[in-house]
Amino acid sequence: MKTFKRLLKRKIALFSFAVIILIVASAIFAPLLAPYDPNQQFEQGLTLQGSPLAPNSEFILGTDLLGRDLLSRLMYGARTSLFIGLLANGFAVLLGTFIGVVAGFVRGRIGSAIMRFTDLMMAFPALLLAITLAAIFSPSLFIVALVIAMVNWVQIARVIYTQTISISEKEFIEASRSLGATNTRILRRHVLPHLAPFVMVWATLGISTTVLLEATLSFLGIGVRPPTPSWGNIIFENQTYFSTAPWLVFIPGAAIILLALAFNFLGDALRDELDPTQRGRQ
Amino acid sequence: MKTYILRRLGQSFFILLGVSFITFLLLYILPADPARQIAGRSATPEAVANIRAQLGLDQPLFVQYWNYLINLFQGDFGRSYLQKTDVAELIQSRMAPTLLLMFSAILIELLIGLAAGIYSAVRRGKGGDKTIMVLSFIGVSSPQFIAAILVLYIFAVKLSWFPIGGYGTFAHLVLPALTLGVLGSGWYSRVMRSSMIDILRQDYIRTARAKGAKENRVVFVHAFRNAVLPIVAMIGIDIGIFMSGIVVVESVFGWPGIGQLAWQAIQRVDIPIIMGVTLVSAIAIVIGNLIADLLAPFVDPRIKLKG
Repeated sequence: MKTFKRLLKRKIALFSFAVIILIVASAIFAPLLAPYDPNQQFEQGLTLQGSPLAPNSEFILGTDLLGRDLLSRLMYGARTSLFIGLLANGFAVLLGTFIGVVAGFVRGRIGSAIMRFTDLMMAFPALLLAITLAAIFSPSLFIVALVIAMVNWVQIARVIYTQTISISEKEFIEASRSLGATNTRILRRHVLPHLAPFVMVWATLGISTTVLLEATLSFLGIGVRPPTPSWGNIIFENQTYFSTAPWLVFIPGAAIILLALAFNFLGDALRDELDPTQRGRQ
Repeated sequence: MKTYILRRLGQSFFILLGVSFITFLLLYILPADPARQIAGRSATPEAVANIRAQLGLDQPLFVQYWNYLINLFQGDFGRSYLQKTDVAELIQSRMAPTLLLMFSAILIELLIGLAAGIYSAVRRGKGGDKTIMVLSFIGVSSPQFIAAILVLYIFAVKLSWFPIGGYGTFAHLVLPALTLGVLGSGWYSRVMRSSMIDILRQDYIRTARAKGAKENRVVFVHAFRNAVLPIVAMIGIDIGIFMSGIVVVESVFGWPGIGQLAWQAIQRVDIPIIMGVTLVSAIAIVIGNLIADLLAPFVDPRIKLKG
């Protein structure tokens, strides 16, 4: 709680919180807040030549290539983008933490085998892997999240591994062990609580990475399938109109950047608060 | 030094072997059937089975993988299922555009990233530093496709300063290289800034100042040479990021490089090409990291490579 209060004193963190709350709220309450059904194609939503409408009083952010209301699609799209971002990041954090802790705590052959495997994963062209997997498994929300998690856990595993090792070498761990504490107890009472701040920081930063990756996959047309709106696929569907109806690309684009930016700022501020070794750098 | 290089080369070999096996495994268990793709929808089951036998797809996983490896060691990446050309040749023909784009982008990253990072570190906490750090975060948080479409819209559609896409002249290179370079410079400036701040706090910097060295000399000679090491390591990692990220930028700008080749192959489930591009990218990543490690002692003579 103390950290939280200190965090809110930073202007940038406060701004990020506001952005995240705004986006989360508009995602949760989309059915109440959205002016129209996101999939309804309005006859008056297209010009006589069949082009999308620019922002106007009826459609605040304009309409897309099928005459659907962009604002409503953005609000429902926030649900998809956040859902995948959180789910994929949750998977990645769990897997990465688990592997990092096991490798760092057990060490020995198992530990180094695990770390060699992460070396191998680091040499994988990550986006290429994600694109291939997503292109070939017909993507559902769940598969897209899983693919993103498979690509993103490695970084977290390495950070947690280094931290686990540095914590296990501290004197209080040795003291606890000499008092007869079992490994499970040491892990639960001493190692995991000390890792918590690092996990929190990486979980926050990771959301921004997953949101960006989802957007990229959907932009390539292999992420979330239309008509379900996601911020990435709204851009994918409308990209051919980018020179005549730029708002269809740049409004969802701004939304993606804003969300990723907010989580990056927040994660960075969190790191400054929680990790004393980084504090002097501000 | 010699033993170090040998050991690293050995490690790299196993990493590449691992990458090739995992890629092979993933593509093997895919639900898509390349034989059916080649034969077309109306093909009889016999025709599909024929093609499968021809490509060796009817054999067990390990036999297929073994054959693939043997060919690989002879420089044979296999043949594209659909284009009927050698994968090695296809990749080779796409190599020059990708390398050109990559090196131009890294150059832009270094120019912007180093300048912004040093400026920020020297003016730490001031308005300029804060602005640069916010901008660098925006760079880090922007997906390449959005930046790509934005620069296309502004500089190609509205201002018509540059062509809208394609390859051939310097003008074609500017927008894709800027997209990759400007976004990537966000990371470089952050790393450079924090490395520089660490160094500027060292005793030898204070000594240099106490001796009466000019501030410019302190920053650019004494501090810079010590602070630039993490950047060298970053270039190595960056090459890896480029090998994947280039898929998006090349497809938006119609740049005929490896990324575009990979993207077309993925859409058609042309497995030999996907395998080939993944491997070439992995090789680039491994070489990038290796070069960065080998360069470290030249940049910072205190580092000794242990065998």
